[in-house]
Amino acid sequence: MSRSVVDNTVSSGNSSVAIPTDISGQILDLDEDDDLEVFSKDTSTTLTDGSSFNASMQTSPASMINQYKLEEDADTKDIFVTVDNPESHVTAIETYITYRVETKTTRSEFDSCEFEVRRRYQDFLWLKGRLEEAHPTLIVHPLPEKFVMKGMVERFNEDFIETRRRALHKFLNKIAEHPIFSSSEDFKIFLTAGTGELTSHKKQGPGFLSRMGETVKAVAAAVRGVRNRPQEFTDMQEYAEAFSQKISSLDKITQRIIREQKEYLEELKECGPTYTLWSQSEEELAEPLKNVAGCEDRCYKETEEQVKHLNDHLIPVLHEYVLCADTLKAVLRRRDNIQVVFEGKAEALATKAADRDAMRDELDKAENRLEWANNALKSDWIRWQKVMRSDLRSAFIDTAERNVSYYEKCLAVWESFMQSQRTDAEGNGKVDSS
Amino acid sequence: MADSGSEDIAVIGNTDLTPSESENNLKNTMVEKGTNLLKMMEISVAEAEKRTGKNAVNMQETYTVYLIETRPVDAASEGTNPVPDSLWRRYSEFELLRNYLLVTYPFLVVPPLPEKRAEFVWHKLSADNMDPDFVERRRVGLENFLLRVASHPDLSSDNIFYSFLTEENGWKETVFETGFQAKADSRLKALNATFRVKNPDKRFAEMKHYGDELQSVISQLLRVRARAADRLYGVYKVHGNYGRVFSEWSAIEKEMGDGLQSAGHHMDAYAASVDDILEEEEHYADQLKEYLFYADALRAVCRKHELTQYELEMATMDLTSKKQQREELATGMIRTFSLKGMTSKLFGQETPEQREAKLKMLETQIEEGKEMVKERNAECEEFVKSAWVDIERFKEQKDHDLREALISYAIMQISMCKKGIQVWNNAKECFSKM
Repeated sequence: MSRSVVDNTVSSGNSSVAIPTDISGQILDLDEDDDLEVFSKDTSTTLTDGSSFNASMQTSPASMINQYKLEEDADTKDIFVTVDNPESHVTAIETYITYRVETKTTRSEFDSCEFEVRRRYQDFLWLKGRLEEAHPTLIVHPLPEKFVMKGMVERFNEDFIETRRRALHKFLNKIAEHPIFSSSEDFKIFLTAGTGELTSHKKQGPGFLSRMGETVKAVAAAVRGVRNRPQEFTDMQEYAEAFSQKISSLDKITQRIIREQKEYLEELKECGPTYTLWSQSEEELAEPLKNVAGCEDRCYKETEEQVKHLNDHLIPVLHEYVLCADTLKAVLRRRDNIQVVFEGKAEALATKAADRDAMRDELDKAENRLEWANNALKSDWIRWQKVMRSDLRSAFIDTAERNVSYYEKCLAVWESFMQSQRTDAEGNGKVDSS
Repeated sequence: MADSGSEDIAVIGNTDLTPSESENNLKNTMVEKGTNLLKMMEISVAEAEKRTGKNAVNMQETYTVYLIETRPVDAASEGTNPVPDSLWRRYSEFELLRNYLLVTYPFLVVPPLPEKRAEFVWHKLSADNMDPDFVERRRVGLENFLLRVASHPDLSSDNIFYSFLTEENGWKETVFETGFQAKADSRLKALNATFRVKNPDKRFAEMKHYGDELQSVISQLLRVRARAADRLYGVYKVHGNYGRVFSEWSAIEKEMGDGLQSAGHHMDAYAASVDDILEEEEHYADQLKEYLFYADALRAVCRKHELTQYELEMATMDLTSKKQQREELATGMIRTFSLKGMTSKLFGQETPEQREAKLKMLETQIEEGKEMVKERNAECEEFVKSAWVDIERFKEQKDHDLREALISYAIMQISMCKKGIQVWNNAKECFSKM
């Protein structure tokens, strides 16, 4: 329920340095499922029991509110998150931007109905990381990139900040709409905790070393390679590849269109003034020429608006889904790694003689983990496809509507010219047969 | 259809007439001044063909010839549809005709020819004279030229023009026989006059200035439009890539496939629609170009006025100087500095007989001079009167034509907007089905 803007707290860097003593024990047991418990308190109890994905969802009261649904209806939406009001903060060490994050909710697990906090980009990164660690085979909506490499976009440039703000807003809303993520404790803390509270909560998370451990594991797994990947996941892989290519192409095409439009605008800018110049040498023709000049100027403005809209609305969506495609590939890789671990243990059991009981236990856990990961991925994949379809459909419809509106406005401009010429002709006693 | 190789003079009018009667008809038609030729006959430039032949330096060359067809206006009403008379002409022959008209009627604003070489092109149009689109546009321009001349109150009754339309062989010789080339003013003479004329008619000075402005602004407009057309072409064509990618993408999707595929078709249609749009754009450019070249013709009339005025001024100055010399000789007073005066001071006065002789010569010269001034004055007045009538006629024609051109430009824009609305509405419908 904190509302104040805290601006003199120095945020630590991306990784928390301190390693709490209670975690050190876990470094040895990285394959245990218990580590999941630490990250997402609400749902981990349901997820670690290894039973099927859907059944486990019903046991926890918290999760009952967020039943796994294939479709999110607007009517049933009970949490609304807004990101706005970027502000610049200057400290001795750095300058950074914070955004206001406002939450309105009727969910019972929240202490209140309204929250307002200030968050910076790092905080969003942290949240994303936590969600990914807790649910390696669920698809987390991408964050806007750290910085734009193309062109010289300054971090504190107004357009950049606005684009980022919109993307952050979308990110949080996607999280809120996700049946599993929205009930994440980290998410709740992100939305409600004061800056200091958040900082200390961040420090509780798995330390740098444990994260390193995960990465090492992943690399090792990648080297080993998965042996019997089920066909459906191979299909998903192929889809992810193809989708990535197509959406990247669309992104590039749209950017090219914008470039061409801007060059067209450069030339169009000269039209109106040229007609105006001409009108100054004429008598009878002065009026229609000035009229045409006015029309060209108005069309110029409309074209400018059109380009801006394309840039502000279609490009960000395409861009998001380019990043999504990468996320899909990453999720599939993580799933593969979990399978590799399982396969490794199965092999170990088959070959080693000693400690069979302990190993069998481990194997069971690995198998459960794999099964859970696979089911989670399959369900989320379907959910993601529906969301993708809806998002892209909306974006394309919006673009088409905007184009129609653009042409309608230009049409009105030229028709008013025609009208003026007709009334002129009637006024002068001439009747044009055109 | 082509009447090539025919030695006969092509006849107009009733083909039932005897040759001698037709001859009379021809003569009557030509003699009647102020008759609009177009009221008598239909003229068209129906076709263009490539020919190869030997040129003046006996080298092979390829050139284009144009088929001029003429037909009596009342032919259709007789129920028969007689084959039109026709002959082939090259562009250079059109040029010869126009040069003849320019020299013979320097007080008229002579209609211009379409451009010799393609200028103000944008990238899609080639600047090649052999390009079929260029040839076609030139054909239309040549027809327009003939119709303009044929509908001019004075030019339409010119014999050389008439035989250009009707006499295939020997026409060139006939033109040269008029000796018009000798009457042409040298550029140097004209330029000299422009700089030295003291009292040109204000109206002509203003007209010349207007001609300069018109030429400058239309050139600018044509350049701007050519560049804008180039850019617009790019914008439309890039949309074609959407079609391709949507099609490829639809192959990997299940529910979205159909919507994407059909939307893709509309994107292709959108990309293709720019070709028609720009063809109409070309037509508008041609209308502007005609007046660009007309501006030149207008300036030519003004320059001729300056020359005529200058010659009058020269004759007047000459007369004045001669009169002054006579006075000096008669009174013995030397008013102005002259070499004669100097030498007579140095070498002594002339004898009375010498003076007598000189005076007599001067008197003759003065009489001749007076005649010259009277002549030139009459020429000048005549010129100013006729030219001004034609300039007024031209002004009205220009105002009317350019206004029509602007209207047709607006119509073109309207058509383009309507096409855009249709395509994007269609695309929107397809997107909705995604």
